[in-house]
Amino acid sequence: MTPPAVRLTAISKRFGAVQANDAVDLTVAAGAIHGIIGENGAGKSTLVSILSGHYTADSGEIALFGKPVKLATSADAIALGIGMVHQHFMLVPNFTVLENLMLGLAKAPFLAESRADVRERLARIEEDYGLSVDPDMVVERLPVGLQQRVEIIKALIGGGRILILDEPTGVLTPDETDRLFESLKVLKSKGVTILLITHKLREIMAITDTVSVMRRGRMVAHTATADTDRASLAELMVGRSVELVTNTRSRAAGEVALAVRDLSAEDETGKGRLHAISFDLRAGEIVGVAGVAGNGQSELLAVLAGLTPPSGGSFAFAGRTVSAAAPADPHLMRRLGLAHVPEDRRREGLVMAFQMLENAVLGYLRFARGARRWLLEKRRMRERCDGLMRRFDVRPPDPRLRAAGFSGGNQQKLVLAREHGAAPTVLLVGQPTRGVDIGAIEFIHRELLALRDKGCAILLVSVELDEILALSDRVMAMNAGRIVGILDAADADRQSVGLMMAGVDRAANSDRAAMGRAGMGHAGMGHAAGDER
Amino acid sequence: MHEVIVDIAQILASTLRLSTPLILCAMAGLFSERAGVVDIGLEGKLLMGAFAAAAVASLTGSPWLGLLAGILAGMAMALVHAFACITHRGDQIVSGVAINILASGLTVVMGIAIFSQGGQSPPLSREERFLPITLPFADALRGVPILGPIYADLISGQNLLVYVALLSVPLAVVVLFATSFGLRLRAVGEAPEAVDSAGYSVAWLRYRAVLIAGLLCGMGGAYLSIAHGGGFVREMSAGKGYIALAALIFGKWRPVPTLFACLLFGVLESSASRLSGVSLPLVGAIPVDVVLLAPYVLTVVLLAGFFGRAIPPRALSVPYVKDR
Amino acid sequence: MSAAPLPRWADVVVIPAINLVLAFLVAGAVVAIIGENPWRAFLVMIEGAFVYPGSLGYTLYYATNFIFTGLAVAVAYHARLFNIGGEGQAAIGGLGIALVCLALDPYLPGVLVIPIAIAAAALFGAGWAFLPGFLQATRGSHVVITTIMFNFIAAGVLVSLLTGPLIRPGQSTPQTRNIAEGATLPKVHEILRAMGFDAASSPLNLSLLFALVAAVGVWVLVWRTPFGYRLRTLGESEPAARYAGVAVPRTIVIAMMISGALAGMMAINDVLGAQEKLVLNFTAGYGFTGIAVALMGRGHPVGIVMASLLFGALYQGGAELSFEFRTIDREMVLVIQGLIILFSGALAYMFEAPLSRLLSRRGRRAVHA
Repeated sequence: MTPPAVRLTAISKRFGAVQANDAVDLTVAAGAIHGIIGENGAGKSTLVSILSGHYTADSGEIALFGKPVKLATSADAIALGIGMVHQHFMLVPNFTVLENLMLGLAKAPFLAESRADVRERLARIEEDYGLSVDPDMVVERLPVGLQQRVEIIKALIGGGRILILDEPTGVLTPDETDRLFESLKVLKSKGVTILLITHKLREIMAITDTVSVMRRGRMVAHTATADTDRASLAELMVGRSVELVTNTRSRAAGEVALAVRDLSAEDETGKGRLHAISFDLRAGEIVGVAGVAGNGQSELLAVLAGLTPPSGGSFAFAGRTVSAAAPADPHLMRRLGLAHVPEDRRREGLVMAFQMLENAVLGYLRFARGARRWLLEKRRMRERCDGLMRRFDVRPPDPRLRAAGFSGGNQQKLVLAREHGAAPTVLLVGQPTRGVDIGAIEFIHRELLALRDKGCAILLVSVELDEILALSDRVMAMNAGRIVGILDAADADRQSVGLMMAGVDRAANSDRAAMGRAGMGHAGMGHAAGDER
Repeated sequence: MHEVIVDIAQILASTLRLSTPLILCAMAGLFSERAGVVDIGLEGKLLMGAFAAAAVASLTGSPWLGLLAGILAGMAMALVHAFACITHRGDQIVSGVAINILASGLTVVMGIAIFSQGGQSPPLSREERFLPITLPFADALRGVPILGPIYADLISGQNLLVYVALLSVPLAVVVLFATSFGLRLRAVGEAPEAVDSAGYSVAWLRYRAVLIAGLLCGMGGAYLSIAHGGGFVREMSAGKGYIALAALIFGKWRPVPTLFACLLFGVLESSASRLSGVSLPLVGAIPVDVVLLAPYVLTVVLLAGFFGRAIPPRALSVPYVKDR
Repeated sequence: MSAAPLPRWADVVVIPAINLVLAFLVAGAVVAIIGENPWRAFLVMIEGAFVYPGSLGYTLYYATNFIFTGLAVAVAYHARLFNIGGEGQAAIGGLGIALVCLALDPYLPGVLVIPIAIAAAALFGAGWAFLPGFLQATRGSHVVITTIMFNFIAAGVLVSLLTGPLIRPGQSTPQTRNIAEGATLPKVHEILRAMGFDAASSPLNLSLLFALVAAVGVWVLVWRTPFGYRLRTLGESEPAARYAGVAVPRTIVIAMMISGALAGMMAINDVLGAQEKLVLNFTAGYGFTGIAVALMGRGHPVGIVMASLLFGALYQGGAELSFEFRTIDREMVLVIQGLIILFSGALAYMFEAPLSRLLSRRGRRAVHA
């Protein structure tokens, strides 16, 4: 019997106070697709970073194909045939594909000597694995799926026999994901051993042969994928049975709170990012915006929050119409009753170096001003923060600690608490549970539903389709800056929304009922538009 | 006609001489900044190089040892910068400011300690300096129309280090764009994580880039004190390091445009003295100060984006932190 | 990343102290290499800064300059703007004072001229910082580079004016005529003598008071006002500032102008207080020293006042060095200054991780005991 491709024994790694990996064992058979699943922060990324030489383990042993090895640097791992495809691409954006490949491969002093060799290797990769890409394209001009292919080629072209993919599908459409999985199956058939790191149960079930589950830095289970199912994997991940929130609606949606009409926006370079977006958001409903990252959802949030001006069209909110001629700013939008939980909590939603009491008034200095309006009162800020922390169970409940000292879930709870505390009529929410532990996810989901039930209109943007489907009353799919369609929750399932995310307006072809509601087939305005006419 | 050509050749020659330290410093900055390390300390390294070169040339009588000392001094300062910015991820601008101030102080303190002449070095004799090199037949060909004066007064009769500075530009082009070291150096200024994950050390690449910068600045300093000038004088770098930095930005971090920016600033400097007092129609007399300030004003105007955007390397001034 | 954050006392006291000691040790090594006794040099400096008659006045006079320029650097730095242009802004501030005084002192009484002159110093300094701030805010040109360029331009402007239209008639030194007696700030020794105390002469004048008021003002501005909150938010994270509705360009411009105004006010001390005229190069690098002061003081007014005192003592004591030693010059102070910027600025966190490990190990041992 052939020795396993990878055998890790008692790997431990500590970062300061955090034990990221605690005596982890892992065995991966040669030529298998092995999944490692776990929650955010379970230690999956640390483990594969050790395997790829990016970090060095504090203790433990690594053996490849039966031979014990030392992996002190990335170079060691690459030399031993380990290739890693990172979650965030490790490519030089303004270099060509060829230059990016030569970064690791060019050994001769002059590039000219290596160029022909690298082209030849690239041709061989295409022949062997069916992975093709134009070597002279500048990487930043390639679509994301192709950029990822470059990463995979990079991992294999130096003679890689073990391929590690860290959360590879986060940036892909369902369709691109399927294509990636096809490629992986081809690689497997050619004898490449594959480690797939993910937090998505569906992917594990779809493609892996064997699976390991990590929880809080420990390996808690190894099993053949065929012998398990999603429910038991989920339970292993979390350590208890998962109680998913169910969206039971207490009352029908109310008045239109936010009316968006033909809204367009451009980025700084003048490139169109949003194209003629129209929809209504009603009091007491959650509209989920589904889409692969980068298809205009972030821009939509930015325009509605007053962060970027629209380039065309308008939206009406609280008696005011915002357009290119009459732009808004975040300050004005907040005063009108719009709150915003931003997608990037660490860069936007909080100032990491600030105390929580300062973060509790970010955007809401009106709650911090004292009797003399030009001064801020520390006492008022502390009291406000205290209240928010208690209401949303933020731990530790100390307003004087800096934001950086809180876990992702507690940071997010504070942001949500702050926006909640302003009693908004419309709430924009971006990626509410990114990098948040399961306990906090449940809490956040429940609070969003409660807020909806109290009559708040919520626009929810998330790249987690499961989250969208679980919380939304209506689902709006975006692709390339356009609304592909809007479905009622009852009609929305993974498949139909996934197709729409890929730009296929299925509603227009097959689902007549949905089409009627979506405003005669074109980028729909939602059923509210019909009521208005 | 012939006189005009002679005049032009002489202006260009003086331009070349004044541009030389700018070119060396700007190429230094090019290497450092293309690798992602801001180099505001060009000025300090230039000054240190000038002092060390003059001091050693004076003490040993050898311009070659002086040059070597200038280079080593420039590299020593670069090493401090690298240690602070790369090893300890310090603020690159703060470190550059520290180096400039340190150089201002150290050169004078050491100068007094060694020579007791108020911070200057003794004037250097001809044997202790690099002198203009007369190329073959320069004098014989001077009479040839047009090409004669250009050969005799511009191409010939320059200092060794002037030729070195001019050579440094094509050399920079080759190193940065035709070698695998250059490819990785540029990559480390754009996306260091890509280089790291490819198995190459970001720190070591950046160290080398910063040390090359030190070497070139040291040469520039040596040129000031033992080639162009005849000894070290307090603050003799006189802002040239900053002008070189301006030229680098003006040249949009590319070698050949940077060379032309250096030459442009050199022309302004060399013509300043000639233009002073010259009365132009409508404008009246041109004050020297205004011409001398032109590089600074031009740089501000360029940075404001009026001649097209100068896009710096993406990872410039960002310390590399290995992170998840 | 690898170590726990330091307790506040260690961050505020121990780390700066270590950095300062290191800077002095290296400077001492330089003195030793030159062949002098570093300890003796240190004593000479202390004596020169505090003991000789009038020396304390000089020390405080220098400190006044550094409080202004240090505060200037700090205010901008809270918005992560690195204003290296204090030198130029101070020079132009001085120009403002000179223009006001030369134009008005024949006609108006001093009590009117002085406040106008002080306002002019602040306005001219702010004006000189406006363009770099505006260009950063609207065109993205980096203030570091533009303020460096503006330093050179300011120096050029002053040379032109002081060798030309503003030069004192019949003189070749590049300086203006003296400001009328009643229109200058009283010197401290004059006040003390008037009150019947015996006081040695020094250039120390009422500007010190203004500097201390400015320090308090900066503290209130940065930590107690909405503007300060926005300033710090912008400094920590521009996306967060934009999210919070901070008008980023306006905040950048205002921050730079406040910074420039503080730097410009440094000129009060020299032009209106000590020299009583505008002299070429009166800024003498104080603008750059402000960087060291702000870094050492960690951007906090209390720290800045303390660091200013230290640098005041260094400048005054350093002047004494050249009298006592044949081979050491006051430029030694520049060496120390450069080292302080290096250690407490660029290498500020060299000792953070080791110290944090040391503290946590001790903490753990205490728990086990």
